[in-house]
Amino acid sequence: MLRSLWTLIRRDVSLIVMRRQDVLTVVAFFILVITLFPLSIGPEPDKLRTLAPGGVWVAAALASLISLDRLFADDWRDGTLEQVALSPQPLAVAALAKVAAHWFSLGLPLVVLSPALGYSLGLEGAELLVLALSLLLGTPVLSLLGAVGAALTLGVRAGGALMALLILPLYAPVLILGAGAVSEAMFDSAYTAHLSLLGAMLAVAVPLVPVAIAGALRIALD
Amino acid sequence: MHAQTDTAQPPATLQAQRLACRRGDEQLFSGVGFTLEPGELLFVRGRNGSGKTTLLRTLCGLSEPAVGTIHWQGQPIRRLDDETRRQLLFIGHRDAVKEELTPLENLRIHLGLRNENTDEETAWDALQRAGLQGREEVPVRYLSQGQRRRTALARLLVSQARLWILDEPLTALDRRAVAWLFERIAEHLEVGGMVVTTSHQSIDGLPEPRILDLD
Repeated sequence: MLRSLWTLIRRDVSLIVMRRQDVLTVVAFFILVITLFPLSIGPEPDKLRTLAPGGVWVAAALASLISLDRLFADDWRDGTLEQVALSPQPLAVAALAKVAAHWFSLGLPLVVLSPALGYSLGLEGAELLVLALSLLLGTPVLSLLGAVGAALTLGVRAGGALMALLILPLYAPVLILGAGAVSEAMFDSAYTAHLSLLGAMLAVAVPLVPVAIAGALRIALD
Repeated sequence: MHAQTDTAQPPATLQAQRLACRRGDEQLFSGVGFTLEPGELLFVRGRNGSGKTTLLRTLCGLSEPAVGTIHWQGQPIRRLDDETRRQLLFIGHRDAVKEELTPLENLRIHLGLRNENTDEETAWDALQRAGLQGREEVPVRYLSQGQRRRTALARLLVSQARLWILDEPLTALDRRAVAWLFERIAEHLEVGGMVVTTSHQSIDGLPEPRILDLD
């Protein structure tokens, strides 16, 4: 089973890297949304600093959402998803492998870039570390939740917009905790509680959400 | 897993009983039943929209029938163990060939997903015999429809599956490729394999099939 999962992960990562524009689009989107803040609010450092935690987190959530749009669509259209469903490993495990590959190639770049963007909005020192850490724990949860939406909207016209409507409300708790952790760090108070809760969410989401994804994929294949 | 196979071996048959399928509100077919024994070829016939694809997808466990049961080697089709599942190979309308990748990569990924081992040489050999000589490492995007189809059908040459379910395998194939495929199917039947297939084209040249009429 490990071998087939490894095949799936490697294939997905190399397909995403080969297409290149997918990674570039998502990263450029992330950067552009964040640069909109100083342009629309004005360059006062204090104001920007207050907005920074929420700003980076909202940008990351939206970037994750647009990147997930095609997570299963290509495989569904060309029949690969059927073959995955008929292969020996459970569909939920295969779904988890696909989300993992997706996060490594499209989620991780956002985490890596976030300290630079946080710095440009006026965050500094430990705050940047907390920002990156909160995204490191939070974006995999976003990817998993988004994958449910991507699976549910397979084959639906204007699926992307519908998916956003379905999934954005579910993003709210992650967003609150993630941006909250950074805000706490800005006021020198304890941010570990927020990070622990994010970690707990991730720990619950990894085993449970793939089952929901697999259920949605089966409906799409039936 | 392998120790089991020596003892009581379940019958290697595909059994369908009183199958009925519907799409939306429309009943496609009902009361379809058969038992496919080793070495047999089942040819599903019917006009467009009679439910051939739905039947084939139901037989391999992708779709659930409205009524009826399907057993492969004695196990319910939607609850197969790993080994039994590997004994079944489905090539559908949508042939799961990635355009960005080369035929060789496509074949390797197919085998990797099914957790089957084949050495490099066998894979190269299979692609050559499928008529893709010199195209093994060209991205499928640059190949013709027929060559794309051959990429998918090359799986038949490396597969260890006993039951092949092939939906419209002749689409886009030229005459030589059709002859090659028929030969391959005949070989498979001779060693006790089973094939379920459909086609709108002539099947002269195939071993005597059992016919299932959906009309």
